[in-house]
Amino acid sequence: MSVALEARREPGPVTRLASRSRRGSLLAPGAAVLVVAGLLVPVAFLFLEATQAGWSEVWSLVDRPIILGLAWNTVRLALAVTVIAAVLGTGAAWLTERTDLPFRRVLATALVLPLAVPDFVTAWTWSSIFPGVHGYAGAVLVMSLGLYPLVYLPVAAALRSADPSLEDVARALGLSRLRTFVQVTLRQVRSTVLGGSLLVCLALLAEYGAFEDLRFQTFTTAIFTELQVGFATADAAGSALVLVGLSAVVLVAEAAFRERGRLDRGGSVPLPPLRRHHLGRALPCALAFLLGLAGLALAFPLGVVAYWLAAGGSSTLPATVSVAGAAGYSALYSALGALGATVLALPVAFVAVRRPARWTAALERSAFVLQALPGLVVALALVFFTERYLPWLYESPELLVVAYSMIFFPLALVAVRASVARVPKRLEEVARSLGAGPLRARVRVTLPLVAPGLAAAFCLVFLSGVTELTATLLLVPNNVETLATQFWAFTTNVSYGAAAPYAATMILLSAVPGFLLSRVFDRRTARGAGS
Amino acid sequence: MSGILLEGVSKSFGHHVVLEGLDLEVPDGSVTAVLGESGSGKTTLLRMVAGLERPDAGTIRIGGHLVDGPHCFVAPERRRIGLVPQEGALFPHLTVARNIAFGLRRREDRRSRVAELLELVGMTGMGERYPHQLSGGQQQRVALARALAPEPAVVLLDEPFSALDAGLRASLRADVVRVLRRARVTALLVTHDQEEALSTADLVGVVQHGRIRQLAAPDRLYAAPADPAVARFLGEANLLAGQAAGGRATTALGEVALEQACSGLTGAVTVLLRPEQLEVVPLAPAGAPGRVLECEYYGHDSVLVVEVPGLAEPVRVRAGGRPRAAAGEEVALAAAGPALAWPATEPRPA
Repeated sequence: MSVALEARREPGPVTRLASRSRRGSLLAPGAAVLVVAGLLVPVAFLFLEATQAGWSEVWSLVDRPIILGLAWNTVRLALAVTVIAAVLGTGAAWLTERTDLPFRRVLATALVLPLAVPDFVTAWTWSSIFPGVHGYAGAVLVMSLGLYPLVYLPVAAALRSADPSLEDVARALGLSRLRTFVQVTLRQVRSTVLGGSLLVCLALLAEYGAFEDLRFQTFTTAIFTELQVGFATADAAGSALVLVGLSAVVLVAEAAFRERGRLDRGGSVPLPPLRRHHLGRALPCALAFLLGLAGLALAFPLGVVAYWLAAGGSSTLPATVSVAGAAGYSALYSALGALGATVLALPVAFVAVRRPARWTAALERSAFVLQALPGLVVALALVFFTERYLPWLYESPELLVVAYSMIFFPLALVAVRASVARVPKRLEEVARSLGAGPLRARVRVTLPLVAPGLAAAFCLVFLSGVTELTATLLLVPNNVETLATQFWAFTTNVSYGAAAPYAATMILLSAVPGFLLSRVFDRRTARGAGS
Repeated sequence: MSGILLEGVSKSFGHHVVLEGLDLEVPDGSVTAVLGESGSGKTTLLRMVAGLERPDAGTIRIGGHLVDGPHCFVAPERRRIGLVPQEGALFPHLTVARNIAFGLRRREDRRSRVAELLELVGMTGMGERYPHQLSGGQQQRVALARALAPEPAVVLLDEPFSALDAGLRASLRADVVRVLRRARVTALLVTHDQEEALSTADLVGVVQHGRIRQLAAPDRLYAAPADPAVARFLGEANLLAGQAAGGRATTALGEVALEQACSGLTGAVTVLLRPEQLEVVPLAPAGAPGRVLECEYYGHDSVLVVEVPGLAEPVRVRAGGRPRAAAGEEVALAAAGPALAWPATEPRPA
């Protein structure tokens, strides 16, 4: 038999050759380390800056009477909204996924859509119609309605893929309907509810516009006031440190409560078909609850935007940019930011999934630390950093794009990581056995399979970028307004009619990728069920 | 010339030693199975031949060419191997035809080669389907076609049938071996299923404790296992303590003749008696008395589990078309030689 094998004989120790054979795949770890380091630099800088003056100085910034009031406001808000959002989200998810409710598909879509309406727009719709909605109660109302989808979405998905036979077993073992629900159904989705609540908490800590609208003071609004009114950068840095501390506490608490053992089943075992609970006489109540929720969270804000659109009205404040112009800027910056975040997430996701080791886990976790940093803090860090070292970059479009990439990097990483994890390593190995080199195997096999995940990550970041206000206000280039900042300029001027078109365009622009996203996921689940 | 030659191959993961100085020669053009329990390192062995894993020591040759050694490593894509992993691992984003064409270089003869392979694996006309539209067995056929398409020197199969249900497994197994033989390719198959190994391979290697304990044709392996451990691993085995003298051994079941090869043994021995070498005979005077503990009934035959006084473990007896014996029934057993035996110093497996 004549086999044309090219056996290269090369001198040298095995270890050298071993590393040589892996050279191609050292690219990803190197890139991942660079990405995470790069992301953490400005943030580390913020801490260094704040602590340079000495710890007593830092403490004097933190230990101000205002801080205590802010902390009380922030904590009581976070507690109330998180609990309400968790209950609303979980309840709605169970009703749409596990009961014989009519119009489930339509309701499910309507329950997610409030995500496309930015919270500062929702807050404005309430306060512009009902001036009485303000302060703590107003903030709790508006934020609960705006944020419950962050719990609803993951819990609905978890309920869909949870094993219903566990419930059957529990009933067979003599547990009542209610105890089965509490001890089995809720238990199966507990960590998902917790994960969603974490997102709610972090979003609350980062929110600025809505609280400004509702005249409720939190750390984020205080930092803004300190910056814009007093130019008190040191005070702002001090408050930012406390804010970061709070977010870190939330992250650590979630990690501590998270389930160690996973409740999912072996991959290829098909799930038994879902049986839906019969609602019976509870049906009218359930329907009223969901319709009320969707009405308050979605129909009301949309209706108010439509009302102000129709009311029109001239503004004494001249618009810096037209609606189309602002939409263009929003789309451009968000798209570039989304591209940046997705591309940066790719090597980190690959390393985290394909090379499970202690250092890669640490790398991934440090990337998620960014999640605990509100957009405002990242923006502050970038402002300080560029003013000091890269003044020509300050207030440039590039810096805004960089900020979006950084702020939404954790979001992109979640989506990209999930899609990379779904591609078995074995496929690349087979490709190599068929004569494809390491890079070629990755490009021909893994990349096409990861592509939907990349698209999802891009859409998620784009959606978030279009509706981002806080960091954008700080970093938007001179003579440029995005939809969010121009809307904000008009509403703070009480020019509601002039603001409405910007709000409507913003919602449309963020609803399109949202729609695409849901289509991608629906198709995937349909395909998964078909095979 | 050998298709695949492994010499002194060792591999550890951390402190866990998987393979320790393993030697294996897979003859050119043969279908050779490596049989081992899960965790015995057989998949690692396959991955090292494929170049997906590097041994800590030893050399690997394919078709006489060194592909892995102290000063040489040929990347997987340059080894001319075909890989059929567990559950196929078809590229889900490509059609069947494009899966098969993946490893083909020149564009012009792709179409005809793909058609040829589809026919070879009995899937003509299914080229435009996607993997998720195929049954498990069909996916495995495509995986085999894809591996054979670039005309590899060797094909490596990793438990290729384990994900299929029993009925499908047997028929697909026969088909795959037929295809491998028609393609005249050297095949190395690893499996934990002894029936699979015995029924498909020309040669079966039993891997235990990081080495190949024995490499032989299936019938030789069953009839003449190298040691009691292999005997127990392959098929059912009654291992009895006995005293050998003059080509015969005395055991708790009476006296048996020994095989020619071990007729020279004297003193304490371990005697192998397969269930079919024992038979139920009329009570006394000839047989050794025993009591039936269980009867495993298989339709075509049955196996009696019999407790014999003086033996620590009950013995298993294949009882052909006999009517079912009841538990508790008193029977007498006789052994039909010749039997294999080893000196008793050989450590008895637990």
